[in-house]
Amino acid sequence: MKISKSIYLFFLPGLLLYAIFFIYPTISALFYSFTDWDGLSQSFQFVGISNYERAFTGDTIFRKSIGNNLKFMLVVVVFQTLIALAFALIVLKNNKTTIFLRALYFFPTILSSVSVAFIWSFIYDPSLGILNQVLELVGLGFLAQNWLGNADIAIYSLAVTQVWFHAGQMLIIFVAGLQAIPDELYEVAKIEGANKWQTFRTVTWPLLAPSATIVIAYTTIQSFKAFDLVFAMTGGGPNNSTEIVATYIFDIAFRSYQFGYASAISVIFMIIIAIITFLQFKALRSDRISY
Amino acid sequence: MFFRRFSLLIYALLILVPLLIVVLTSMKTIQETFRNPLGLPEAGIQFGNYSAIFQEQTMSGYFMNSTIVTLFSVSLTLFFASLIAYGIIRLNNWIGNFIFILFTLGMMVPAQVSMIPLYSLMLDLSLTNSLVGLILVNISTTMPIAVFILTGFMKTLPRELFEASTIDGAGNWKIYSKVAIPLSLPSLSATAIFLFVMHWNDLLYPLLFITDNAYKTLPLALLEFQGEYSTNYPMLFTGVIIASAPMVIAYVFLQRYFVAGMTAGAVKG
Repeated sequence: MKISKSIYLFFLPGLLLYAIFFIYPTISALFYSFTDWDGLSQSFQFVGISNYERAFTGDTIFRKSIGNNLKFMLVVVVFQTLIALAFALIVLKNNKTTIFLRALYFFPTILSSVSVAFIWSFIYDPSLGILNQVLELVGLGFLAQNWLGNADIAIYSLAVTQVWFHAGQMLIIFVAGLQAIPDELYEVAKIEGANKWQTFRTVTWPLLAPSATIVIAYTTIQSFKAFDLVFAMTGGGPNNSTEIVATYIFDIAFRSYQFGYASAISVIFMIIIAIITFLQFKALRSDRISY
Repeated sequence: MFFRRFSLLIYALLILVPLLIVVLTSMKTIQETFRNPLGLPEAGIQFGNYSAIFQEQTMSGYFMNSTIVTLFSVSLTLFFASLIAYGIIRLNNWIGNFIFILFTLGMMVPAQVSMIPLYSLMLDLSLTNSLVGLILVNISTTMPIAVFILTGFMKTLPRELFEASTIDGAGNWKIYSKVAIPLSLPSLSATAIFLFVMHWNDLLYPLLFITDNAYKTLPLALLEFQGEYSTNYPMLFTGVIIASAPMVIAYVFLQRYFVAGMTAGAVKG
């Protein structure tokens, strides 16, 4: 059926804004990544691929920030996914208690990162914080720590905060996925005499795989982009021990005004995220099972 | 069974206790917090810090800025994205697919890539320290996810509906507003909530583009309280509660929609 040409007008406002404030800057970033632009002056020089060379060979903080990002990601992905899945299995059936608990577990998701950052800075505070006090109380006082001030563990303290922040959201995704599994399959498993573990392995897990992939993919991306939380809690310190790629780009762009170099790093960052997303989308596709 | 209940309780406490501490601390003085960080407020339930923060800070201004930016960003993103989603499914040809892919690719680009040239673009256009500037950027950066969710939903609507309306002589605008939009309300409301939470809580763009107190939004103002109040947690937490209040109230009443919205948003990859 022929459709009126007026349909093209529907794209206009959205596409125009998207082109000006998103596509154009994104493409410019590629362009600037080959320059020594400082963001302020009108002139800049082309420096070829030297920004990229510097990122890969000369920049120890960049390397460190990728390492921190991977540590953060690994802890968050593993613990957040396991916690979300374990609790989703417990609060799966709909009744008053489980509906209330799901709403409670989900609650932190609606807070701003800045609010969560303040709450957890207080919890981790070496003298005021509840964490050290509770440890003292149960006789584990020797574990008490300056949780955000100790360069060896600060990144893990941030990861715990991130899990507290978003595990409830992932739990809800799992609950939605699990509730879509037909009850008959569990009945069959029961009749066949499968134990709990066998049922989980043969019925629940294969059918859960799509939501698991979504959760893992989303959590991975989220932990690469956890700019707000890190920025508000530690600002990348102490001693760059919590610097992640996103905060590092912000630092070199807006604190030391190396726009060209920051652009190069942001392009590398984009490629890393694109590769991860691509791999996970591929996994998502091959995991999809219909019933 | 006992173990299950016990773990549910522990998790519930892990969420509740920090939130309770925020509320209690907001009713304490700073001296009291240092003396007794986890106890009940000695003076009972009192809101001294709340009136103090409104006096010391231009809280109502920040609140108003956040409200304006969020309302306009959410409604305009929804409007423009739903127009595009409708266009894509009606065109149903390579142009539509191309536009869809253009927006989908945008979901993969981290904000850190476009933010550097965007910063100088905003300076050139005199759109820094401006709520309008913030709204325009917000719309542009959330278009991809909104287009993605809405197109996905509108694709499931029966094509015959649109074709029948066309035969009846309805133009595109009429079909969009009288058929597509009313039928898409579930996904529109889910997307609205997702955007609402995202824009209300956004820190990055205000941080980049706003330096003048008159245009700061709540998350940015809150972040800067940290510099001013340092470890004065009673004041910081008072700020946290004020900044989160609208979201919390909305969550209590619209819980189901929040859950739908925030999980629809989770497909963003």
